[in-house]
Amino acid sequence: MIHTRGLARDYREKKEIVTAVKGIDIDVEPGELVAFLGPNGAGKSTTLRMLTTLLRPTRGTATVVGHDVHTHAREIRGKIGYIGQGNGAGHNHRIRDELVDHGRFYGLSTKESKRRAGQLLENFGLASQAKRAIGSLSGGQRRRVDIAMGMMHEPELLFLDEPSTGLDPQNRVNLAEEIARLRTELGMTVFLTTHYLEEADQLAERVLIIDGGEVIAEGKPAELKATLAGDRIRLGFADELAAKAAAVFVGEHLPTARETTVDNNVLTTAVDNGEATLPKLLRGMDSVDIEVRTASVRLPTLDDVFLSLTGRTLRDADQSTQAEGSQA
Amino acid sequence: MSFVSDTAKVFVRESRPTLYDPFTPVFSLVQPLVFLGLLGPLVAAMPTIPGESPWQWFVPGIVVMVALFGTAMTGSNLQYEMTTGSHERILVSPLNRSAILVGKALKEIAPLVVQAAVIVLVMLPFGFTLYPIGAIIGLAILAILGVGIGALSYALALVSKGKEWLFWGVQQSLLFPLLILSGMMLPLEQGPSWMQAIAKANPLTYIVEAERALFSGDYSFTVVGPGIAAAAGTAVVGLAVGILTIRRDTD
Repeated sequence: MIHTRGLARDYREKKEIVTAVKGIDIDVEPGELVAFLGPNGAGKSTTLRMLTTLLRPTRGTATVVGHDVHTHAREIRGKIGYIGQGNGAGHNHRIRDELVDHGRFYGLSTKESKRRAGQLLENFGLASQAKRAIGSLSGGQRRRVDIAMGMMHEPELLFLDEPSTGLDPQNRVNLAEEIARLRTELGMTVFLTTHYLEEADQLAERVLIIDGGEVIAEGKPAELKATLAGDRIRLGFADELAAKAAAVFVGEHLPTARETTVDNNVLTTAVDNGEATLPKLLRGMDSVDIEVRTASVRLPTLDDVFLSLTGRTLRDADQSTQAEGSQA
Repeated sequence: MSFVSDTAKVFVRESRPTLYDPFTPVFSLVQPLVFLGLLGPLVAAMPTIPGESPWQWFVPGIVVMVALFGTAMTGSNLQYEMTTGSHERILVSPLNRSAILVGKALKEIAPLVVQAAVIVLVMLPFGFTLYPIGAIIGLAILAILGVGIGALSYALALVSKGKEWLFWGVQQSLLFPLLILSGMMLPLEQGPSWMQAIAKANPLTYIVEAERALFSGDYSFTVVGPGIAAAAGTAVVGLAVGILTIRRDTD
């Protein structure tokens, strides 16, 4: 469905060439739901814009729904759907009109377009607003109109750029349900970008983690967490001295432990098979008279995966890119 | 074939808000009516205006002005759609690229029929004579011109993405000189020779002259022909520039 090799994009900023996407290889098979996870400015949107024919790649190849993005953009456009970060629906237009016209842009008959518009308005709780102008809607309502619009022509492959931004929890659930329905009923392939960990975790079957314009890891969320992050053990001590002594002990006796850090009187470390490791660790510390006051094991999140790979959390990465003032 | 049907689809979408609010084109008539009311009597008092009634000379100029200013707005509406993201959504669709340009320009032209009708109706009591066939041919020529101007305006908006001032700066500094140097408002026959020289190179001059002939029921090809050629030339150049820009923009 999507195959890229060495896909790259440069842009010019103040006479300097900046590489936003540094030659990435992506393979997405029909029916998959893949999430592109990474901080702001990592190159997610740029990649998406290349795959949706909005931006021509500087280097590399990309085949989308069986067509080359360089030479067969129009064939691709007819088969994909794209829900961008902006507001796809025109502010002066009415909701139902935009949906119907959008369907007609994709070659649906007026009758079929109206039928689907009616159905989607129902699914997204917009039926009572159908005649309102987009400009008079709240941000969340507009987002729903955009999502409904992207689904009008039931594309083989749907791209969503940060789909849940601006949606309340209820509508996030509706979105997830709608995506699930389209996938089971139509076998639609979905490729979405997000910097929300929960979203990637809950929705996606497979996650591509992107940072600095490169894919740094990919796999099922559970696999990534198991192989890259490990379970998080957190131990509390009387004081920092005890915590540091414990860190030395962990270093000597727990070969699988990694990313061991001490913050005041708290030690955190990542280990394999945390639930079995913790009791052993506690007994070991007892035997050398290090008093552990609190102990917990937490399953890893995708943020821990990102931390293991890059040494920073997604939130930190978001903030640092904002501080640099760069954008995707 | 997809060009024609795609143009129709874009045109329908673009026109809907105007259909729900049909008075907007009438409101945009304020400016031309001010010109008619305040500049018209001054022009009419000039002894050098040719023809049976000075209005036969002045009214077609105003109609061309309305067409020019209306279609030059295409890019301004586009700028708004570019900032919200709805232009991006349309670019991802399989619509024919020229159809997007032409559909948007035609939307600005359609109200012209209403506007021209209002102007003519207002002027009938003042001794303006309507030659319906001439007027219809005249409006058709303006529609062709409008496609070209609309496409150029669209291209300008794409080029000045994120820099609204650039769009307005270029648009305003081109429109008014073009307008004055076409003899649209005031006759250039008495003007300095450099003005006449520029007017000769200005395609609008030929369109204005053709419109004046047509609105006076004069269908002689020596006057109308160059007007049609100038309008068609503008359309071809406008579409070429517009399509190249739209392609380059997705680069």
